[in-house]
Amino acid sequence: MDSAVDTRTISLTVNGKAYSKAVSVRMTLADFLRHELRLTGTHVGCEHGVCGACTILFDGMSARSCLMLAVQANGHELTTVEGLANGDEMHPLQQALSEHHGLQCGFCTPGMLTTLVELLRDNPSPSADDVRIAISGNLCRCTGYEGIISATLDAAEKMRAGGVK
Amino acid sequence: MIAPVDTRIVGHSVERLEDRALLMGQARFVDDIAFPGMLHIAFVRSPHAHALINSIDKSAALDMPGVHAVLTMDDIAPLLADRLLKVALPSPAYRQELHRPVLADKEVVHVGEAIAAVIAESRYVAEDAAALVFVDFDTLPVANDCRDAMAPDAPRAHHGAPHNIAAEFDMGYGDCVSAFAGAAHVLKETYWQHRGVAQSMECRGVVANLDPMSDVLTLWSSTQTPHAGKRVLCGLLGRDEDKMRVITPDVGGGFGPKLVFYPEEAIVALAAQMLQAPVKWIEDRREHFVATTQERDQYWDMEIAVDAQGKILGLRGLLIHDHGAYTARGVNIAYGSAAAITLPYVVPNYFLDIKLVATNKVSVTPIRGAGQPQAVFVMERLLDRVARELKIDRAEVRRRNLVPGAAMPYKTPLKTRGGMQVVLDSGDYPATQKAALDAAGWEDFKIRQNDARAQGRYIGIGVANYVEGTGRGPFEPVSVRVAENGRIHVASGAAAMGQSTKTMLAQVVAEQLGCDMSNIVVVAGDTGAIELGMGGFNSRQAVMAGSSAHAAALKIRKKILLVASHMLNVGEQALEIEGRVVRLKGGGAQVELAEIAKAVAGLPGYYIPGNVEPGLQATEHVIINDMTYANGTCAVEVEVDVETGLVTVARVVFAHDCGKMLHPKIVEGQIIGGIAHGLGNALFEWMAYDENAQPVSNTLAEYLLITATEMPPPVEFVHLESPSPLNELGIKGVGESGVIPMTAAVASAIEDALAPFNVNITKVPLSPPDIIALIDAATRKGA
Ligand code: FES
Ligand code: FES
Repeated sequence: MDSAVDTRTISLTVNGKAYSKAVSVRMTLADFLRHELRLTGTHVGCEHGVCGACTILFDGMSARSCLMLAVQANGHELTTVEGLANGDEMHPLQQALSEHHGLQCGFCTPGMLTTLVELLRDNPSPSADDVRIAISGNLCRCTGYEGIISATLDAAEKMRAGGVK
Repeated sequence: MIAPVDTRIVGHSVERLEDRALLMGQARFVDDIAFPGMLHIAFVRSPHAHALINSIDKSAALDMPGVHAVLTMDDIAPLLADRLLKVALPSPAYRQELHRPVLADKEVVHVGEAIAAVIAESRYVAEDAAALVFVDFDTLPVANDCRDAMAPDAPRAHHGAPHNIAAEFDMGYGDCVSAFAGAAHVLKETYWQHRGVAQSMECRGVVANLDPMSDVLTLWSSTQTPHAGKRVLCGLLGRDEDKMRVITPDVGGGFGPKLVFYPEEAIVALAAQMLQAPVKWIEDRREHFVATTQERDQYWDMEIAVDAQGKILGLRGLLIHDHGAYTARGVNIAYGSAAAITLPYVVPNYFLDIKLVATNKVSVTPIRGAGQPQAVFVMERLLDRVARELKIDRAEVRRRNLVPGAAMPYKTPLKTRGGMQVVLDSGDYPATQKAALDAAGWEDFKIRQNDARAQGRYIGIGVANYVEGTGRGPFEPVSVRVAENGRIHVASGAAAMGQSTKTMLAQVVAEQLGCDMSNIVVVAGDTGAIELGMGGFNSRQAVMAGSSAHAAALKIRKKILLVASHMLNVGEQALEIEGRVVRLKGGGAQVELAEIAKAVAGLPGYYIPGNVEPGLQATEHVIINDMTYANGTCAVEVEVDVETGLVTVARVVFAHDCGKMLHPKIVEGQIIGGIAHGLGNALFEWMAYDENAQPVSNTLAEYLLITATEMPPPVEFVHLESPSPLNELGIKGVGESGVIPMTAAVASAIEDALAPFNVNITKVPLSPPDIIALIDAATRKGA
C-alpha cells in the first residue's frame, strides 16, 4: 500500500497469465512483480540498473525491472524466471546451470537465466566470448561466471540437437 | 594424487539440493517473506562521518499519512537491556570500548550510521518520511586515514576519546634483534592493501513477526549466525529463549559481513514487538556501502632478514589496521593477519607490532579471507624482493623457505586467538608449489616472455603460496532424525549462504543412511530446529558441521541396523541400508526405514525391538579445537598494456590441498568464486572515501566488481589430497582459499611483466592509472 500517490489499473500478461491490477504510479516493475504478483523469483540486487538480478523479458527483450515502473508494463507481455520451465521440467539452461555448478547462492541466477534465454534465442550457437558479453551486465559474486559460461554453451548444444526453441 | 573414492555420495559431484528451487524462482530469500499487514522500515542515517547530534525532530515524518512510528534512542532505550551492542570477541588487547549503539543519539561516527527508524505502510512511504526527519548536527573533525589517526594530536574518531587506538598487541617469537644484526641482507618496504566491500548480491534484510498465539518472536535475517543473533536478542529484549527464534532463510551470499549482529536486526525485532505487527527491513545497495561492515585496509612497515642464499632469518615490522568506527567483532582480522604471514614458510624469528586504529569509516569485520589476503600479499611481495635483490628465481626463493613436507605435522611457535598452538597438520607445500609451477610452465615462461617482448607485448607470470587456517572450532552441532514416514531430517546451526552447506550435510548423512539424497531434508540455520550453533564463517562448515553430521549419522546407522536385525531376525552384518529400506545384502527380506522409525517410537505396552532407547534421532557436537590448515599455490599470467595501463589476466593455475574433497565441483566453485573476488581486490575494487571520510563510491557503477568479460579462461586446477588427521572425514576448509593468494600473485605477475621498467609494486588494487604511474615513476627514477 502506498497512500501517498495516485494509482492506475494496469493489465498485462506475465508468464502467459493475464493480470489486471491497481498499482501506485511510482511502484517499480520489480516491486510489482515481487510483492503484488508474488512472483518473487525476480531479484533486486541494486535498484540502480547495474547488477542485472532483476532482469526479465519484456515483450521478449531483456529489461531491468528495477528501472521500470509497473505502469509501463500496461498492455505488455512479460516473462520472469518462473515462466522458463515447462511445468516441472526445467529449461535446458536451468538444467545445465545445475550440472555445471553455475549457481551457488542463486541470487543472480534469475537475471542470468532471462538474459541467457534471450541470447540463445537470438544466437543458438554462441561462442564463449558471446556468452561473456551477454552477461557482462549481470553481476555474480559467487561463481566467477565460469560455470555459467560452460553451462550456456552446453545448453546451446543440447538445444540445437534437440530442436528446442 | 587423489585417492580413489570408495564412497558412493561423499567425494562425488552429486546434484546440489539447493539448485532446483533457486533455478525455478521458488527459493525463499528474506525479502520474499510477506505477511498481511506487514510494515516497512527505512532508516535515517548519518550524512556526516563525524558529528554531534543536537536534536532530532520527527514531527513532520510522524504527520505523514501511512507512517506508524518513528523510533529514536529515546523511544527504544526503556525497552532495551542495553543501549549498546556488546558483541566484541574477548581480548586483552583492547585499549578502549567501542560498542555500537542500537541507534545513535549523541554522536555519529561514520556516514551511514543509523539514527532513527521510520516505520510505515510501505517502503516507499517510509523512505519519504525518513527524508522528513530533521537531525541537527554539529560536525566534528574526522579521523580518516588510520596512519594519520595514530598521531597523538590527531582528530579523534570518537569525541572525547583519549586516542584512536582501539586495540594493540604484538606477536612473535625468537630473537629478531640478533637475527637482523647478523643477516647478509635486510630488505625494507611498506605495503598497503585497500579496503573493500563484501557486495553479496543480496544485501542484508530482516523480517520479524510476533505470533500472538504462542508469543514467540520470530526473526528471519540474512545472517550467517542465527544462534548468536538469538542470544543477543534475548539479552537485549529480555525475552526467554523459547520465546525467540531466529531463522536464516535462503541467503544470497554472505562473504563475512553477514556474520555480524547489526543494529537493524535489533530494531526490526523491537519494532515488531512494540507495534505488534510484522515488520520488514531490506537493505538497499546504497545502504550496503555505508551500513554493512567492510575490510582490508592495512599498512605494513616490514623488514625481512635473509642469508646469502635467501633463507629467511627473521621478519619484523609494524601492522597498522584500520578498525573502522566501532568494534563490531573484535581484533580477529589483525590477529589473523599477524598469525598468517609466516605460515607457509620456516621463519625462525618473528616480531610484529600491531595497532588497530579507530577511524570515522564503516566498522571493519571479516570479509572472505579475513586478514589472510593482506598477510600473504606482504609475505609474497617481500619474497619477490628477496629474489630480485639476490638474483634468485622467485619460485626458488620460496622453495628454499617452504615448510618441508617431511616436517608435518609442523608445530609453529604461534598461538591462535584462543591460545592454542598453531600446528600445521598436514600437506606438502613444496610439492604443491611444484605442481602449480609445472602446470603453469614456469620454467619455459622466460622464452615466451622474451618472444612477446620482441613484439612489444609485456607478459608476466606471478606466484604466491598460502596456508589457510580453516575449521574454526570448537564445534557445530548437527542433529539427524529419521521421521516415521522414513524421511531423514538433518538440522544444523551451520547457516547456508551459497556455499552448498545443505548439500554437504546431506551427502555426509546419505552416505551412511541409504545413499538417497532425495530422501534427506536439511534445515541449516534455524534456532527452532537445533538448540546450539555457531554459524557460517572461517571456512568451517564442512569441517565442523560435516564432522558432527558424520558422527550423528553413524550413530543412527548403528541403531537402524540393530533394530532391523531384530525385526528381520538376522545378524546386523548381513544387513545394508539401501535407499529407504534395510535389506539383506544381496536382496531378500527387507524392512522400510519408516517401519523402523515407527517401531522405535514405541507402542504402549510393547517392547521396542532390540530394547534400544526410543526414537531415531541423534545430535552430535564433535569437538575439534585445533584448526586444520589447507594450503595452495597460485600462478597467474598477465599481459599489461603499457600505453593504457590495462591488465589482462590471461591464465590462473591453482594447485591446492584441502584434504579430502566432499564434492569436487563445489570445491572448485568455491575457489573460482574466491579467485574472482581476489582479482577484484587486485585490479578493480576501490571503496573511495574523500578527505572527510565521506564515501564517494556508492553504487555498483562506481565500485567495480569483476564481470564475465574480465575473467580469465577457465581456472586450471591441480588437486592434491592429504587428509587432515584432525577429523574423521579428513577434510579441510576451502571457502576462502581462492581469494587469499590472488592479490599477491597478480602483483607478482604485473611486476614481472613490467620488469624492463623495474617497477616495485607495494599496494593493491592497481587500476590502469596506477600502472601508468608506476611505469612513469620507474622511468623517471631510471632516467
Ligand atoms: S536490481 Fe535491477 S539492475 Fe540491479
Ligand atoms: S550465485 Fe551468488 S551471486 Fe551468483
